[in-house]
Amino acid sequence: MSETTAKVRESLARRYRQEKRFQAYGIVSIAIGLMALLILFTDIIGKGHSAFFEHYVQLEVTLDRDTLGIDDASDKEQLNYANFGGVIKEALRQRFPSVDDRQQQRQLYALVSSGASYNLRDELQANPGLLGGTRDLWLLADDDVDLYLKTSQRKRPEARLGDQQKQWIEDLEAAGDTDKRFNASFFTHGDSREPELAGIWSAIVGSFFTMIVTLCLSFPIGVAAAIYLEEFAPRNRFTDFIEVNINNLAAVPSIIFGLLGLAIFINLFGFPRSVPLVGGLVLTLMTLPTIIITSRASIKTVPPSVREAALGLGASKMQVVLHHVLPLALPGMLTGAIIGMAQALGETAPLLLIGMVAFIVDIPGGPVDPSTVLPVQIYLWADSPEQSFVAMTSAAIMVLLAFLITMNTLAVILRKRLERRW
Amino acid sequence: MDTAQQLDNRDRANDDAAKPPFDVEERSMQDTPYPEKTVGKPFVDAPKMRLRNVNVFYDDNQAIHDVSLDIGKNEVISLIGPSGCGKSTFLRSLNRMNDTIDICRVRGDLQLDDQDLYDPKLDVVELRARVGMVFQKPNPFPKSIYDNVAYGPRLHGLADKKYDLDGIVENSLRKAGLWNEVKDRLHSPGTGLSGGQQQRLCIARTIAVSPEVVLMDEPCSALDPIATAKIEELIDELTESYTIAIVTHSMQQAARVSHRTAYFHLGRLIEVNDTETVFTKPEHELTEAYITGRFG
Repeated sequence: MSETTAKVRESLARRYRQEKRFQAYGIVSIAIGLMALLILFTDIIGKGHSAFFEHYVQLEVTLDRDTLGIDDASDKEQLNYANFGGVIKEALRQRFPSVDDRQQQRQLYALVSSGASYNLRDELQANPGLLGGTRDLWLLADDDVDLYLKTSQRKRPEARLGDQQKQWIEDLEAAGDTDKRFNASFFTHGDSREPELAGIWSAIVGSFFTMIVTLCLSFPIGVAAAIYLEEFAPRNRFTDFIEVNINNLAAVPSIIFGLLGLAIFINLFGFPRSVPLVGGLVLTLMTLPTIIITSRASIKTVPPSVREAALGLGASKMQVVLHHVLPLALPGMLTGAIIGMAQALGETAPLLLIGMVAFIVDIPGGPVDPSTVLPVQIYLWADSPEQSFVAMTSAAIMVLLAFLITMNTLAVILRKRLERRW
Repeated sequence: MDTAQQLDNRDRANDDAAKPPFDVEERSMQDTPYPEKTVGKPFVDAPKMRLRNVNVFYDDNQAIHDVSLDIGKNEVISLIGPSGCGKSTFLRSLNRMNDTIDICRVRGDLQLDDQDLYDPKLDVVELRARVGMVFQKPNPFPKSIYDNVAYGPRLHGLADKKYDLDGIVENSLRKAGLWNEVKDRLHSPGTGLSGGQQQRLCIARTIAVSPEVVLMDEPCSALDPIATAKIEELIDELTESYTIAIVTHSMQQAARVSHRTAYFHLGRLIEVNDTETVFTKPEHELTEAYITGRFG
């Protein structure tokens, strides 16, 4: 055995140990990352899953003509001002006849959601023949009742309801007059002060319009800028300056873009506040650097040999770009755009400044209707005092995460699908 | 345009030019004076390309010094010389591919059939249709074999009908000796072919626009001997219709395929002669040193 071999052998064990340690660092890092993710998801899902269900209580409702104050249930006009609240109160009083003191009556009426009137109206509109009759109907429970029913037996004594109310709910539950159903209104309603009526549909629609505006502006502008800078621009101080600035813009805190949007689009151009159009413009400014940088990177990966081949055949510069560079760089550009969009979808701060933090109940019909977006909706709910909003906040986060994961998966699939080898 | 990589290559080429890769014992070769003017027979009667006093600069580095050369009609001229001697740079000036490098300037009188190549009024797109180029590395487009060959004709509107285009594609592939190998899979990707087939595809693509001159920049350096033999055979056949200038590192190849051979040394054209003369009785010492393998 030569001297060198002996020395090599000596060092081998140490080298392998180092390698093992190095790998271990990596595994530990990944484990920490996964743990964080796991904790995040358990917390969100644990808190949020209950918001996807809501409770109904069954009452025997007499749709009395006099109490309702209408005489024709097929007339929409009349249905709109009918006193459904009175009918429901009457039904509650009949269910618990022992209640006579005003204070207690008010507590009793609070068991059923104010939205139950709409249930009733819809029911009557569908079957006008019910008018004047008596029927067992399922009515949406108030959020406090809903929360109480969702709480486990053990924790119920701590609930925030009066003893009398708890007794009534227990009675209803024992009689089988409560029912847990899928909370469809969460996905179809706009925001509301009443947690049991609030939904995220208006926020989803608002996000959708905002994203459309952002995508329509930032993708073409970003790609055009990237192509010009990469393919046509002369290399000089000025283009260097532009490049440095684009890289800097990518690191500017998003709230600054919000201030810029407020100053330029709203104050200077006089665009309305709280609308997806302005939100989209602001997010465009924010995503442009990301899209330009990723697009330039993917243009750079197009091998020079392909360009030379096309130039050598007599293609003009624009033909080289359109026929060869763009198709080859497109998957990378799309990936960049989707990641930029995902970033924009989760953005809150700049939108707060341009007024998209307003309380919007109506579903926006277009990019110039006041609206809010998903992350801002989450922010609003997280700020609300009602306890039920805790679960709803988490549920909304789950919806937002689902969108983000879908978009990122789409980016990966697109890249895999469109990637061409040469 | 990503010229960064090309620039890298050029820079390296320039470095090489500045510090020739001579070994110590061959240092004496460095002292051999350059001839006043190119020895041998640089000029021919009725040339296809007439090149006089060509100088090429990269910024302040001069890569080509005062080269004068004629390229005759239907001849194969090979450009040989040690690495970094400016052969490729010179070749690329002939269809203005050097235009894509910002810092590159070409001075001198370059003519193709009495047409000045660097005339500002000349359309470079038209020039490149007349002077085609085959590159060192096979570079088919990531498209089908058919689309690769049809790209040039489509670009220049050479065929009005699908039928005509089919004809051009078949003809070009036949000339490039590739037709029988690919006729059943014209619509499979060109990048799926073997290296030698890819290079022949690139040649077919180049001749599909019927250029008058074909420039080849070390077309066989990335290929195995069998593929190389096929390309050399092909070059032989192509001389019937085209004028070919080929840069090569293989002296055997130069000897096999070319009619005339030009020897470049550090950006200067040392000697041009009939291929046979260059390889049997070189006139200049530097040429002799190179072909006998004393450096290179």
